[in-house]
Amino acid sequence: MSVAIVDYGSGNLHSAHKAFERAVKEAALDCEVKVTSRPDEVAAADHIVLPGVGAFADCKRGLAAIDGMIAALEEAVRRRGRPFLGICVGMQLMGARGLEYETTAGLNWIGGDVAVIRPSDRRLKIPHMGWNTLRVVRPHPALAGIEAGESGKHAYFVHSFQLTPASPDDLIATTDYGGPITAIVGRDNMVGTQFHPEKSQTLGLALIANFLKWRP
Amino acid sequence: MLKIRVIPCLDVKDGRVVKGVNFVDLRDAGDPVQCAMAYDAAGADELCFLDIAASHEDRGILLDVVRRTAEACFMPLTVGGGVRTIEDIRNLLLAGADKVSINTAAVRDRGFVKAAAEKFGSQLVVVAVDAKRVGSGRWEIFTHGGRNATGIDAIDYAREVVDLGAGEILLTSMDRDGVKSGYDLELTRAVADSVNVPVVASGGVGDLDHLVDGVKKGHASAVLAASIFHFGERTVREAKAHMAAAGLPMRMD
Repeated sequence: MSVAIVDYGSGNLHSAHKAFERAVKEAALDCEVKVTSRPDEVAAADHIVLPGVGAFADCKRGLAAIDGMIAALEEAVRRRGRPFLGICVGMQLMGARGLEYETTAGLNWIGGDVAVIRPSDRRLKIPHMGWNTLRVVRPHPALAGIEAGESGKHAYFVHSFQLTPASPDDLIATTDYGGPITAIVGRDNMVGTQFHPEKSQTLGLALIANFLKWRP
Repeated sequence: MLKIRVIPCLDVKDGRVVKGVNFVDLRDAGDPVQCAMAYDAAGADELCFLDIAASHEDRGILLDVVRRTAEACFMPLTVGGGVRTIEDIRNLLLAGADKVSINTAAVRDRGFVKAAAEKFGSQLVVVAVDAKRVGSGRWEIFTHGGRNATGIDAIDYAREVVDLGAGEILLTSMDRDGVKSGYDLELTRAVADSVNVPVVASGGVGDLDHLVDGVKKGHASAVLAASIFHFGERTVREAKAHMAAAGLPMRMD
């Protein structure tokens, strides 16, 4: 099998690449990890990962600038049902609209806007930056065997914006920062994490391995 | 709940750790990648590399260090030193840095902070504020390792760069740096209470209570230290256990 990590000029591709390779090795999976900016390679992959670091509008522009990439993603993920993982802004891009600096259309795979976090406690700093625990709203194969809850493992977050799914059914997990913040969204064959699995040590590598084993 | 971060900082020059790190079972204490792996294993919450030579000629060496670190450590990495252009930031990101710390370039041109935040998002842009006390309750920005005064008020400057898009302030007291008498808590609190982004306290850690004070009295979101960890006086794990025992929320995964 194979996993394609989409290279669209945004983000920490090197970190994501190496974390996927490590997860493949540790879980003894037979999986080729490929970083690619070629729509045909994305279309041919068994699993697809959309990473993303940066501003929503800039990431969307980068994705749209590759001729045929959004069409290839639509085809593979939406029509052929290939397992998809969005990471950070890659997850936010699954939403309908981003409201960072300017209003930008997302892929609209999961309804809802990406808007700035407003914690109830005004003393809390933005960005939400650092290690936080997860509260599982509904079980998901990507979280299999991962200890969640206040005393569970930690995930690494660094973001000022969050995707609030239009349908509560699409919310998989939250984290607490002056109220619940979206941590994982999912629908059908698509899952997205606001945190960075590739930077989240044991929790992150376990989640990546779960994703690669996922056959939705 | 969000945890307080403990961040060991490595000064790197020509691809080597300056002064070295005194870990017992390190094959090469001068290799930043091996040091990073040791800190990763010890439970560090982030790592910080500061390139202290930072001339453009040796950028390639630093990028290689960052690349090899990102291959071995799946934890957040901030890199600073000599970051002057959008291209510098992009190269560090592609090599595997998660955040980039801007110092002198932001003092010279505040527009650089804005451009970086718009391009990469605020969460990636750390502005390093090196401040020296110039009177009672007053601190001034210094550049070039504390040698050059700028006349800029540290609190005003921190507010300004945050308004322009800085997502984090790495605040170093130039009076305390290397002195081991603890953070300048008055400075740390003054800045942390003036901005709505996380402030990382830096400069002066000599014992573990200083880390607790940085958070409880200085209101810092994260604590950075160098020599106390490098020379094996204390491990990161001991530091975190000590902070947890003092009632601070710590990640003990």
